[in-house]
Amino acid sequence: MMRHIISILIENESGALSRVAGLFSARGYNIESLTVAPTEDPSLSRMTLVTRGSEDIIAQITKQLNKLIDVVKLIDLADSPHIERELMMVKIKTTEQTRNDIRSVVDIFRGRILDVTPSSYVVEMTGSSEKLDAFTAAINHDTIIEVVRSGATGISRGEKGLHL
Amino acid sequence: MELSGAQILLQSLADEGVEYIFGYPGGAVLHIYDAIFQQEAVKHILVRHEQGATHAADGYARATGKPGVVLVTSGPGATNAVTGIATAYMDSIPMVVISGQVSSPVIGSDAFQEVDMVGITRPCVKHNFLVKDVTKLAETIKKAFYVATTGRPGPVVVDIPKDITAPNITVPYKYPKKIALRSYNPIINVPKEQIKAAVELLLNANKPMIYSGGGVVLGEASAELTEFTQQLGYPITNTLMGLGSYPATDKQFVGMLGMHGTYEANMAMHESDVIIAIGARFDDRVTGKLDEFCPYAKIIHIDIDPASISKTIKKIAIPIVGDVKPVLKQLLECLKDSKKKPNKKALDAWWQQINEWRSVNSLEYDRNSDLIKPQYVIEQLYQVTKGDAYVTSDVGQHQMWAAQYYHFDKPRRWINSGGLGTMGFGLPAAIGVKLAFPEADVACVTGEASIQMCIQELSTALQFKTPVKIINLNNRYMGMVRQWQEFSYECRYSHSYMDTIPDFVKLAEAYGHVGIRIDKPEQVRPALEQAFAMKDRTVFLDIMTDRTENVYPMIEAGKGHHDMKLRVALGTSTDRELA
Ligand SMILES: Cc1cc2nc3c(=O)[nH]c(=O)nc-3n(C[C@H](O)[C@H](O)[C@H](O)COP(=O)(O)OP(=O)(O)OC[C@H]3O[C@@H](n4cnc5c(N)ncnc54)[C@H](O)[C@@H]3O)c2cc1C
Ligand SMILES: Cc1ncc(C[n+]2csc(CCOP(=O)(O)OP(=O)(O)O)c2C)c(N)n1
Ligand SMILES: [Mg+2]
Repeated sequence: MMRHIISILIENESGALSRVAGLFSARGYNIESLTVAPTEDPSLSRMTLVTRGSEDIIAQITKQLNKLIDVVKLIDLADSPHIERELMMVKIKTTEQTRNDIRSVVDIFRGRILDVTPSSYVVEMTGSSEKLDAFTAAINHDTIIEVVRSGATGISRGEKGLHL
Repeated sequence: MELSGAQILLQSLADEGVEYIFGYPGGAVLHIYDAIFQQEAVKHILVRHEQGATHAADGYARATGKPGVVLVTSGPGATNAVTGIATAYMDSIPMVVISGQVSSPVIGSDAFQEVDMVGITRPCVKHNFLVKDVTKLAETIKKAFYVATTGRPGPVVVDIPKDITAPNITVPYKYPKKIALRSYNPIINVPKEQIKAAVELLLNANKPMIYSGGGVVLGEASAELTEFTQQLGYPITNTLMGLGSYPATDKQFVGMLGMHGTYEANMAMHESDVIIAIGARFDDRVTGKLDEFCPYAKIIHIDIDPASISKTIKKIAIPIVGDVKPVLKQLLECLKDSKKKPNKKALDAWWQQINEWRSVNSLEYDRNSDLIKPQYVIEQLYQVTKGDAYVTSDVGQHQMWAAQYYHFDKPRRWINSGGLGTMGFGLPAAIGVKLAFPEADVACVTGEASIQMCIQELSTALQFKTPVKIINLNNRYMGMVRQWQEFSYECRYSHSYMDTIPDFVKLAEAYGHVGIRIDKPEQVRPALEQAFAMKDRTVFLDIMTDRTENVYPMIEAGKGHHDMKLRVALGTSTDRELA
């Protein structure tokens, strides 16, 4: 069950997102995460979809996605070298005693502290999804108040790009 | 020229060359109906239930190859159409369904007769649109027809809020001649190398099989398929959806394959070493148990939809994504250029083997019974109509018998719901066919359960003078369900029986048609002749068939092609007591 990151250019129409989400639920494919936002061309949105499956299933997923009339283009980033990033914000309970420790973990992971109160931090962290997992694992679980993650987005390396 | 949305819709349909709209009015489409009233180019067929509209449009589309057009109101009108939309979707039938929607400003407020039609139909349409701007209406209609009819065809829904069709808002009208969508390109070119590789593999085969399906009908490639098959001299089998795309009376045709396919077709598939699948999608009714499907074969698969390839059967040696017609032409070209010829010795041995399987005569039935055998009725229907009728069917045993015993020599003559298996399809579909071909014989082969699902369309048949012949194989059972219960549930016939079947003769008469009841085998032929002689009447033949008859051969669920249930011995079914 390989992890795949599928990048999709899709018409920026109402309902486009539900076509993609509906396809996955109707055909029983799994979605680990899905992000969507408009692109520099306002008529297009870009989606990044993280899924897992055997070769056969991933092949069906990309074919079925391509069949959606609103899908303009897609690539499976996992096919070639690529960069993956996810944004996470974590709200952590702090005390006089723990504050420094937490700060040094945040530094090690190259995160930033966005908000400070006498009893909490909000930490911002970007990186691959594994790095974000590693950070939350490094923090005492009981002190985590809230975690919010954007879901992964990605881009291929080199000069080629996904565009019209 | 400035037109209202409703006028634009009608003018667009006229410019698209639409002959008929099958529809039913209601609040959200009243502006449209008013525009229908004031024009003559497009004829409206008023059905009695929106499901009937979709099946009638679907039947029209299957018989003509042109898209069927449906018009329904919002809410219940729209939901009633969903079964027919899904039916067309599963069999890749081009259809454009216009549904009314509540006015734009109240969408989302649970307004009277509001349903999210775009949302409801999303999983069973090729595409759908919600029109938000009257200036985009003509273009959207053009897109709908373009998407529905190109590539792998399918139904497209256009949901139009009532305010978009209002008479007081007019805008300039221009129907686009051509349209392109940057996100949709149905034209595919097939590389020469793949064609060469396919021909190479085919010519090296010892036990070749051609397995073709609905894609050949949809792609209008019967002539090419026939030439290709005869050029090679290879055996050919058709799916239920492919029947007629190769002449069934030709000696190279070994019958339908799959669950109720012939012994020779399924055995040949099982033993084959090279199979070329042409516009067929390896449906589970065809493959049976996937692990046991065609264990020795290398497979070439031609399909216009890449997603059909390696969807169920993964081991495809040569995938060819393309339109059957040009691909078959390319294959023929390449065959002609090839110095290699089919291996005559191997092919002779292969045909000898196939003829042995043929001699099992898997479609034989008891011809000496005093009960009416359903197979006999279809054979007589075939003779009386000289094999040239359009035959629609419903779903069940009667459907399989029609497929097995009516030998279709031409495409688009066999009209049935294969993928969704929708009971209720037959009668409205027959009406759609008859409208398209008023001079042709149109028969609807049905069962006493199926016919009741859209029986109200008898009224439509009267109003629009579509004299079809209804061949009701009345076995007083949901025969197909009963058969499964007999085989798999120790004859516990749970609710596969109705003891309150209506008097169909009276029912037909009540609707203004002719009804004839037939109890004896010797009445079958004369009754059929009489029915088809009444050119201008819809005739309902209520034929009391042997209620214990089963469809054979049968591959039971989870079994392989070589593991068929054949009729045990002739004569056993007649006297068999149903527990
Ligand atoms: C009670 C019952 C029993 C049944 N028993 C059987 C049985 O015994 N045997 C059997 O065969 N079926 C049976 N069926 C039908 C079965 O469910 C399927 O509908 C049928 O097998 C599918 O046929 P097909 O493979 O030809 O595909 P279709 O559904 O006709 O699909 C056509 C394929 O061709 C492709 N295509 C379309 N246009 C083109 C083009 N221009 N060029 C190239 N490709 C194209 C499409 O992408 C698709 O993959 C039964 C159905 C019922 C209701
Ligand atoms: C709308 C719908 N409901 C249920 C079924 C399941 N089903 C398949 S065949 C069948 C029985 C059909 O009985 P009848 O029309 O009398 O045909 P027979 O099999 O007796 O020839 C049923 C209930 C179906 N295919 N479609
Ligand atoms: Mg019955």
